[in-house]
Amino acid sequence: MSISRMLDVDVWRGTETGKFQLFSIPRREHQTVLDVVTEIQRDHDATLSYRFACRVGMCGSCAMVVNGRPRWTCRARVNEVVRDGERLRLEPLRNFTVVKDLAVEMTQFFEKWQQARGYFEPGPQPGNDFAVVPPSTPERQAADAGIECINCGVCYSACDVVAWDKDYLGPAALNRAWTLANDVRDKGNAERLKAVSHASGCHACHTHMSCTQFCPKAIAPTYSIAGLKRAVLRRNLGFTR
Amino acid sequence: MSAALFIAQRFTAFVLACAVAVHLATILYAVRGGLTAADILSRTHGNIGFAVFYGVFVVAVAIHAPIGLRNILREWTPWRGATLDIALGLFSILLLVLGFRAVLAVFTA
Repeated sequence: MSISRMLDVDVWRGTETGKFQLFSIPRREHQTVLDVVTEIQRDHDATLSYRFACRVGMCGSCAMVVNGRPRWTCRARVNEVVRDGERLRLEPLRNFTVVKDLAVEMTQFFEKWQQARGYFEPGPQPGNDFAVVPPSTPERQAADAGIECINCGVCYSACDVVAWDKDYLGPAALNRAWTLANDVRDKGNAERLKAVSHASGCHACHTHMSCTQFCPKAIAPTYSIAGLKRAVLRRNLGFTR
Repeated sequence: MSAALFIAQRFTAFVLACAVAVHLATILYAVRGGLTAADILSRTHGNIGFAVFYGVFVVAVAIHAPIGLRNILREWTPWRGATLDIALGLFSILLLVLGFRAVLAVFTA
């Protein structure tokens, strides 16, 4: 199949208000969407703002909305996203404040990790020796299922509940809370389960599963959130770990 | 939605799932040969089992429906806070009054 020599790309320019700007760049074999953005910035318009670091799917900082779907641009080849003759449409991640063009402000996203108590609580007297956590235990396996999150924000961008409720903690923060709820060394679970069960906490999830659909790490935050709901229920009924 | 509201909504959903199934099955069974209002009232009059069953039904609805409505209003409108909770508390009372009025009416008719 022959490939068109040029690729038309609509790129969001501005902040919350703005418009799409059309660029036409050479189509190359195996080029990624991030290659396209970089080429636009270097050869067409040096004022284009976007964010990236590793270019190989490790850092998660190049996430954008590509033809309506949130994804890492470094791991998205153009020929997987558009068919020959179609346009590429690039927008900043949804549900974040746009700093400029394709770069978004992620402070609120990380603050919600703190609000969900998404950090390890060693307790007043941490153990003197290494804790032995057998890989076969259900808690360890539940934590393993969600532990690979690298905070890229794709799930947060995909989540409809975040769009409706700006206070909703979001899939990433709740997934992190769930991994810690399953960490047998952690001593802060009572406070954590309180922190995730307010009006805009885990119970606000509609189980649309967009986060699970789009997570580039194949994590299922929906199941983590369901786990938190069960954990909160058990604690409210008097069953505690 | 807080944990308490979530638990209340899920528990009443379980009650309603059973109650609605019994309600529909009873209707289908009772009307299979034709039934008049007088026939129905003759069976429900003074029937404690009927009154208790539909009393539970009404209480479950009065808890379940306002919580769901509150969630919808919180997501689709900017309405928040005490006025929302008071309004839905009044809605719950309205459902209780209307529901028990109906239960009492067919029990005593």
